[in-house]
Amino acid sequence: MDLDTAPMTEAVNLRDELETVGIEEILSQLDRELIGLKPVKTRIREIASLLLIERIRKRMGLASEAPTLHMSFTGNPGTGKTTVALRIASILHRLGFVRRGQVVSVTRDELVGQYIGHTAPKTKEILKKAMGGVLFIDEAYYLHRPDNERDYGQEAIEILLQVMESQREDLVVILAGYGDRMDKFFASNPGFRSRIAHHIDFPDYADDELLAIAELMLRDMNYGFTPDARAEFVRYIALRKNQPLFSNARSIRNALDRLRLRQANRLVADLDHVLTADDIRSIEASDVLASRVFGKGGKSAEAG
Amino acid sequence: MRVTQGCFSFLPDLTDEQISRQVQYCLEQGWAVNIEFTDDPHPRNHFWEMWGLPMFDLRDAAGVMMELKECRKVYGDRYIRLSAFDSSHGWESVRLSFIVNRPKEEPSFRLERREMAGRNIRYTTTSYAADRPEGRRYG
Repeated sequence: MDLDTAPMTEAVNLRDELETVGIEEILSQLDRELIGLKPVKTRIREIASLLLIERIRKRMGLASEAPTLHMSFTGNPGTGKTTVALRIASILHRLGFVRRGQVVSVTRDELVGQYIGHTAPKTKEILKKAMGGVLFIDEAYYLHRPDNERDYGQEAIEILLQVMESQREDLVVILAGYGDRMDKFFASNPGFRSRIAHHIDFPDYADDELLAIAELMLRDMNYGFTPDARAEFVRYIALRKNQPLFSNARSIRNALDRLRLRQANRLVADLDHVLTADDIRSIEASDVLASRVFGKGGKSAEAG
Repeated sequence: MRVTQGCFSFLPDLTDEQISRQVQYCLEQGWAVNIEFTDDPHPRNHFWEMWGLPMFDLRDAAGVMMELKECRKVYGDRYIRLSAFDSSHGWESVRLSFIVNRPKEEPSFRLERREMAGRNIRYTTTSYAADRPEGRRYG
């Protein structure tokens, strides 16, 4: 190395460095806006710290190979995998590990073609769009169809693997999916497992976390529970959780949408009543109790 | 004879780093960068063949460079150029194009003078390379 022209940074103030990069802001936003997900947040903090140190090392001339940043997110439906992927992209962008910071979110449809010779251009097109950012492959296990050995998914996998290896500094690939099926997917594609540095597991939410999520969502939509409604909703969560096809935060969001529906219906039913802003904002216990989850007929999947 | 067509052709050949910076500029302007190749160097040959599909919605030059590398692998003995297409209303045409690959040897052009009535002369230029059939012109 030419010492005359490249003076090396000797000492770095970590606090200043953190402030200039501005990731602390994103991390605390992550803490505030995402409820629960303790292990995920810890892991993201670790990755962010590693990247920060890596950045400083680079400036000091302690060169090391660019770290592998491909990740896999596993967890049940509605545990926040996509939301976290978006945040990761902006963290990586701030730290300069991806150049543009866009997230291209795809599923099998967008990668795999319908006839011979269709898959490679299709996969490459998506890869080119994702260059400089993050490629998020949702339900990645659909790429591999073990029952059909002539499935074009294998071709897409091979192209992906090649680019993941050879252009590590150009894009970051995040695979997401439900835990058990991802395990099977990795077992049949060992190449993927070894090229992915960070396997992050998203735990299910606890009852109180689901309640906090519901209140956060309602606040964003300018609604609020009355104290009675809140107590009923706690019961609702406990009951809904034990029904089939419960998908964490997504089920909560759907439940809230139906609550809004019933609230509007209740308000419209009484035309003579003069409404105040409070009436329109508040969700009453009766709105919650009208849910089918409380009744006997709570069998259907996404029952109100 | 060095063929000079499009932008930058009077400069020394661009390095990959320089090409990538130019491509990034085009993408930031919202233009779609495409790869074309030919082995007919005549300046009036507008019909270059396209490598792959048009590349819309790219954010980073790395995608174009990846395709360029592939194209060079197959057609490294021909002329390859990048063209930046502006799809915005009122333009809808190529805003920038430059050669990024050329054959090792570029035979020059033959000038033919055709004598017409009344001492008039018509001029025609033909590339020596074009004497050979397509695909076998260079190397």
